[in-house]
Amino acid sequence: MQGGAAGLAYRGRTASIGFAHGPFVRVDAGTNGARVVGNLAEEALALRAAIDKASGQIADLAEIAGGEAAQILEFQVALLEDEDLVEAIFASIGEGDAADVAWRTALDAQIADYNAAPDEYLQARSSDLADLRDRVINILRGGGGQPQAIPSGAVVCAEDLPPSRFLEIDWSGGGGLALLGGSPTSHVAMLARARGIPMVVQLGAIPDAGATALLDGEGATLELDPSAEQVRLFEKRHESHRKSRASARAILRRPTASWRGEPIKLFINIQRVADLDHADAQYADGIGLMRTEFLLTERGALPDEETQFQAYDAVLRWAARRPVTIRTFDAGGDKPVSGFTLDGEANPFLGVRGLRLCLARPEIFAVQLRALARAAVRGNLKVMFPMVTSADELEAGRQLFADIVQRLQADGVAAMLPELGIMVEVPAAALAIRSFKAAFFSIGSNDLAQYVLACDRSNGALAPLMDPLHPAVLELIARTAEHGRRAGISVSLCGDMAGDPRCLPALLNCGLRELSVNASALAQIKQTIDRLSSGGSLG
Amino acid sequence: MLDKADEQIFTGNVRLVHAVGMHARPAVKLTKLAKKFQAQISVRVEGAPEWINAKGVAKIMAMRAAHGSTIEIKASGSDAEAAVAALVELIATDFPDGAP
Repeated sequence: MQGGAAGLAYRGRTASIGFAHGPFVRVDAGTNGARVVGNLAEEALALRAAIDKASGQIADLAEIAGGEAAQILEFQVALLEDEDLVEAIFASIGEGDAADVAWRTALDAQIADYNAAPDEYLQARSSDLADLRDRVINILRGGGGQPQAIPSGAVVCAEDLPPSRFLEIDWSGGGGLALLGGSPTSHVAMLARARGIPMVVQLGAIPDAGATALLDGEGATLELDPSAEQVRLFEKRHESHRKSRASARAILRRPTASWRGEPIKLFINIQRVADLDHADAQYADGIGLMRTEFLLTERGALPDEETQFQAYDAVLRWAARRPVTIRTFDAGGDKPVSGFTLDGEANPFLGVRGLRLCLARPEIFAVQLRALARAAVRGNLKVMFPMVTSADELEAGRQLFADIVQRLQADGVAAMLPELGIMVEVPAAALAIRSFKAAFFSIGSNDLAQYVLACDRSNGALAPLMDPLHPAVLELIARTAEHGRRAGISVSLCGDMAGDPRCLPALLNCGLRELSVNASALAQIKQTIDRLSSGGSLG
Repeated sequence: MLDKADEQIFTGNVRLVHAVGMHARPAVKLTKLAKKFQAQISVRVEGAPEWINAKGVAKIMAMRAAHGSTIEIKASGSDAEAAVAALVELIATDFPDGAP
C-alpha cells in the first residue's frame, strides 16, 4: 500500500467493489461445543428435530431477505428435504453413530465432492453445504443458532461466511466482508454484490487482533488499525471511486462512445456464456471476442458439435443483431488441453498452438467449424483464427471451413461461411498485414507484446520490461490500424491494453476505433474516452 | 415400486439450455417438480453409467450436467407419462420463474 503507514495491510481478491471503514469483527463458525449422546432412538429424534428447526429458520430468513437471497436459501431447504441424503444419515445413526457425527460425516462427504469439482461455480456451492452443516450442528448442540452480535458498519472477517450468516447480519449501516478464504463466485459474493457490500476474498492469514479496519473492495486490500495517513488515503480513494462510478454509470447508458467526433465502438470479451449475465454487458456494441477454450475444459472430454452449437447460438441470441466475434480454439502455449495439445514441447509459446494446432488436428477443428457454420445462419457471426503467422494458414483454415459448409448444405443443413478474420498477435502478421485476405483484424496485444518484447508474460521477473506501451508494440498496432483504414477493413484490439485507461490515449492515437474489453471495464473505458475527448486528463 | 415386471417405463430426452448447466436453482426446481409425482423418476446425463433419483437435490447437483448436455429421463408408476412430459418441459423452457 502507498503511504508511510504503521497499520498492517493485506491484499486479496475482489469479490464485490466498495469501501468500508469500521470496527473489525472476527467471526468464526463456533461449532466446537460438546453434547451428550443419547440412545439410537433419541439420536434419530434429535436429528429430526434439528432438521425441522433449521428448515424453519432458513424459511424465516428467506422470507425476510426475499429475491435472490431467497432463491439461494431454497437450495438449502431442498437439501434438507432430500430423502436420499437424509435417509442415509438416519441409517448411520441406526448403526450407532451420534446424530451430530452422522450429520457431519455425510455433509463433509458432499462438501469434499463439490470441492473436487472442476468448475468454480460448483466448488463455491460447497459453502452453502457448510452453512447448512453448521446450522444443524449448532442446533444439535443446543446453540439454537443464536448469532454473535455484530455492530453496525463493521468489517466482518471470517475464514468463509455462509450465505445464511451473511443474511443474519444487519448491513443497513454499511460495513464490509473480509474473507481469508472464499471465492468471488460464491453465493455470499453474489449477495454482497447485490447489496453493494464491499467484499474481499482470499486474504490468507490475518492476525486475530485489530480494532478498526479499512476495506477497499476495488484495490482488494484490508488495512488493520490504520494510521491517520492511511485513513486519509483511503477516504480519498473512496471519494474518487464514488465520483467516477456515478458518472461512469451515466455515461454507459449513452448510445455510442466518441472521441474527437469519431465513433468508438466498444465490444466485450467473454470467456463463457455466463459472462453475459454481467449487468453492464447489455451496453456493449457487440462481442469482440468470445473465447471457446472453456468448451475444451468444462466437461473433461472434447465437446461434441451440438454442445458447441448450443453455446454459440446462446450468445448470438443474446446479441440479437449485434456482431459476435468467436475465436476458434486457442489451445497450446500456456493453455494445455489433454487429448488435444502436444506434450513435451520445449517452448510451447513458440510451439504448435492456436490455428497451428487446429490445422494439425483437423478432426477436432472440423467439429468446431461445423458448429460455427450452423450458428452463422442464426445471427451476426464473425469467426477469427488465433496465432496466425502466414497468409497460407488463413487460406488453409478458410478452405477447410468452406468444404464443411458445402457438405452441410449438401446434406440439407442450414449453414453458411461467416466473415473470417485473424488475430494479429504474431509480429510477422503485424508486419506483413497486407498479405492477409481477412475480413477483419483483431489485435491480441498480450501475445503481441510478449513476442515483440521477448518477455514471457507469466514471468514476474520481467514485469518492468513487459510494457505494452513500448514504442515497438505501438508501432505494430499503428501499422495494423493504418492498413485497416486504407483498405476499409475493421481493426479492433481485444487484449488487456484495451481495458487499461492508461493505455487508451496511445491506442486512440494509433488510429484504433474499436476496442473490446471485459464487461466490468466497459463503464470505466467509456468514461475515459469521454474525458479524453473533451480534452481532460485520465482522472 | 418396480416389482411389477409389466409396469411401463416412460422415457424422454431433453437438451439442457440453461447457461450455467444444472446448478443450484435449476436443480431445486427440477427436484421440486419431480416430487409432485408419485412415479419413481430417474435422470442422467446422456450415456452416464448411473441413473440418479430426480427427487434428491444433492445428487442432481453432483451430476454436474453442463450447458448443452442432453438429459435422459425415465419414470415408472401411475403418473409416469405426465412426469416425464413435465420434466422435459421444465428443462426445455430453461426453468422459467414461477415453474414449481
